[in-house]
Amino acid sequence: MNRRTISRRSLLKAGAATGALAVAGALPFGAAHAADLTVGFIYVGPKDDFGYNQAHAEGAAAVKKMAGVTVVEEENVPETVSVQKSMESMINFDGASLMFPTSFGYFDPHILAVAPKHPDVRFQHAGGLWSADKHPKNAGSYFGYIGLGQYLNGITAGHATKSKKIGFVAAKPIPQVLMNINAFLLGARAVDPTITCQVIFTGEWSLAVKEAEATNALADQGCDVITCHVDGPKVVVETAAGRGAFVCGYHADQSPLAPEKYLTGAEWNWANVYTGMVETMMGGGTIDNFVRGGLSDGFVKMSPLGPAVSDTARNQFEAAKAEIMKGGFLIIKGPINDNKGNVIAPAGKSFAEDDIALESMDYLVEGVIGSTS
Amino acid sequence: MNETDLGLWAVPLAMIGGAIRVSTPFLFVSLGECLTERSGRINLGLEGTLVFGAMSGYAVAYESGSAWIGVLAAALAGMLFGFFHGWVCKLPKVNDIAIGIALMLLGMGLAFFFGKPYVQPQAPDLPAISFGWWSDISQVQAALQVNVLFLIGIVLTVAMGWMFRTTRIGLIVRVVGDSTDAARSMGLNPNVVRLLATGAGGALAGVGGAYLSLYYPGSWNEGLSSGQGLMAVALVIFARWSPVNCFWAALLFGGAGALGPALQSVGISSGYYLFYAAPYVLTLGLLIATSSPNRALESAPGELSITK
Repeated sequence: MNRRTISRRSLLKAGAATGALAVAGALPFGAAHAADLTVGFIYVGPKDDFGYNQAHAEGAAAVKKMAGVTVVEEENVPETVSVQKSMESMINFDGASLMFPTSFGYFDPHILAVAPKHPDVRFQHAGGLWSADKHPKNAGSYFGYIGLGQYLNGITAGHATKSKKIGFVAAKPIPQVLMNINAFLLGARAVDPTITCQVIFTGEWSLAVKEAEATNALADQGCDVITCHVDGPKVVVETAAGRGAFVCGYHADQSPLAPEKYLTGAEWNWANVYTGMVETMMGGGTIDNFVRGGLSDGFVKMSPLGPAVSDTARNQFEAAKAEIMKGGFLIIKGPINDNKGNVIAPAGKSFAEDDIALESMDYLVEGVIGSTS
Repeated sequence: MNETDLGLWAVPLAMIGGAIRVSTPFLFVSLGECLTERSGRINLGLEGTLVFGAMSGYAVAYESGSAWIGVLAAALAGMLFGFFHGWVCKLPKVNDIAIGIALMLLGMGLAFFFGKPYVQPQAPDLPAISFGWWSDISQVQAALQVNVLFLIGIVLTVAMGWMFRTTRIGLIVRVVGDSTDAARSMGLNPNVVRLLATGAGGALAGVGGAYLSLYYPGSWNEGLSSGQGLMAVALVIFARWSPVNCFWAALLFGGAGALGPALQSVGISSGYYLFYAAPYVLTLGLLIATSSPNRALESAPGELSITK
C-alpha cells in the first residue's frame, strides 16, 4: 500500500495551531532547522504514475537521502496560478532555496513571476525554454536526450520480434516524440534492416481508452514488440502484455507491470542529475542555466534487461551502449530517407543526438509506417 | 502469438472488437439515463458518477481482492449519487440540469481526492468469456473476448425494453415521465418514482465506470474517462429513449471509436484527427438524417425539462 501523505494545507494548519504553544522542537519538521538546504519538488500529476512524474519523484527520493538536505514535495499541482502558491509556500514556510517545478507548463508565466521576487532561491525547470537575455538569472532549464534510450530499446525489440513488425503508441507528432519513434526503429534496424515500425498517434498525452485501442490495433497487425511515448505508459504496457506482445518501457521502470514481457526501457535518470545539482548548490557553486545531457551524461538510463532478452540481444545491447557511453554517437546517419522518400541526409552527413537540427524534427524515417499529420 | 496478415479486413474486425470492448460504459450509462429520463428527470451528472464508480470499484476490488465486490461497490456509490440528485431535485424550484452539472464536477473531484492512493496498485480484473474458439486467427479470438458485464448489459437492455413495454413498473415510470398531473390523479407520487429511477440510473452509471477501471483499459487514473458519461447522455436522445436503440447506439460509438487506430494500423495514416472525430460526425449525420419538423423528439417524455 501507499504511504498516506499529509497534505501541505493540513500540515500548515496543524502547524499554525501548535505554533501558539511555540514549542518548535515538538513539531515534526523541527529537524529542518538543522538542514543546510531545503529542496522543493512540484509535480503536475501523481508521483506514482509509472511515468513522467514518477521519474522525477525517484530523483527527489535520491536527493532526500543526502545528508543535510530536506525535501518538500507536492503532487497534482495544475499548471495554473496554484503552482505559484505552492512555490511561495515552499519558499516562505519551508525555507526552500532550490526549487524543481518539473512540469513543462510551470515555466512561463509561473516561474517567471515568482523567481524575481526571490533572488536568493534557485529555480530549476525541466523543459528547455530558458534564454539568457529574456529570463531571470536565478532560473535555469535542464532536460535530457532520451532518443538513444529508445534506440537501445529498439535493439532488444529487433531481437525479440518474430513478425519483423514492431509498434509504437505515440501521443502527438512533436519533435521529441518523432525522435523517439525514429530512434526505436533505427535501433531495431541495426539488428535486422527489414524490420518496420507501425506508429499510431492518439492525439493526446493521456487518453486511457484510446491508448488501449491503439495497442490492440498494433497487436492485431502482428506487432509483437510495443513501446510508447505517452504520459503514463501503464495502460499500454498492461494491454500489450495481455495480448502476448513484448514491451519496452518509457519514462520510468514499468517491469513490475509485465515482468515476463518487459525487455528493457528508456528511463530518466533524474536521481543522478538532481543529486549533482544539489551538491553543486551545497558546495557554494552555481548550477549552469542551461543543462542538457543524454545516456553518456547520466541523464538517461536503461531498465535492467528482462528475462526474455536473449544472449545475442544482450551482447549487441551492451556493445551499442558502450559505444553510446563514449559520447557523440550519431543517431541519424546518412544516407537516409524519410518514409515519403525525401532525403533527410545524404551519404556522409549525420546528426548526433545533441544536434540542434534534430529539435525541429518533422519526419518519420524510412521503415516507419505512419504519418505526422 | 500466431498473427495472420488480414490486410484491410483488419479494419472491420477492429471495429467489431472495438464495439464490444469500448461500448460497455456507453451502454450502462445510457441505459441508466434512459430510465431516469423516462421518469421525467435529466441527470447530467452521470459523467461524475461514472468516474466515481470507476474509482470506488477499483479501490474496493483492490482492497477486497474481488472484482465483483468492486462492481457492487461502484453500483452502490452510483446509487448514492443518483439518490442525492433525485432528493435535491424534488425540492421546489430546483433545476435538474444545473444540479446535474454540479454533481458531475463533485463526483470527479471526490474521485480524484479519494482515488489518490489507488493510482499505483493493481486490482484484479473482471473475467472475460472467449467466443473466438471457432477461429484459428488470433486477431478474431482477441476481438471476441467478451466481458461478462457486456453480456449483462445485453440482458439488461432487453429486460428494460420489456419492462417499459409490458410491465406495471414500466407503465408507472412512463406515466410519471409523461404527465405529472396524470400520475397524481392515479394516486402515484411522482417524486418517489423519480427518486428511485434516478437512483437506479446512477447505479448503472457506476457499473459503467467499474468496467473502465476493472476491465478496459483496466486501471484507475485521473484521465481514465474521456467524456464517456457525457456522450452517453447524448446517446439517449439520439436513441429516442428506447433501451434497445441505446444498445445499438453504444455499439456504434464503440466501433466508430476504434476506427482511428485501426485505419492507422493498416497504413491509412493521414488525417487521423479527422477519424477520431468519426463518432461525432456520425451522430450529427444520423441526427440530421432522422430528424424532421413533424417527427422530431416524438418519443420524448412529456415532463422532461428539455422538451417542455
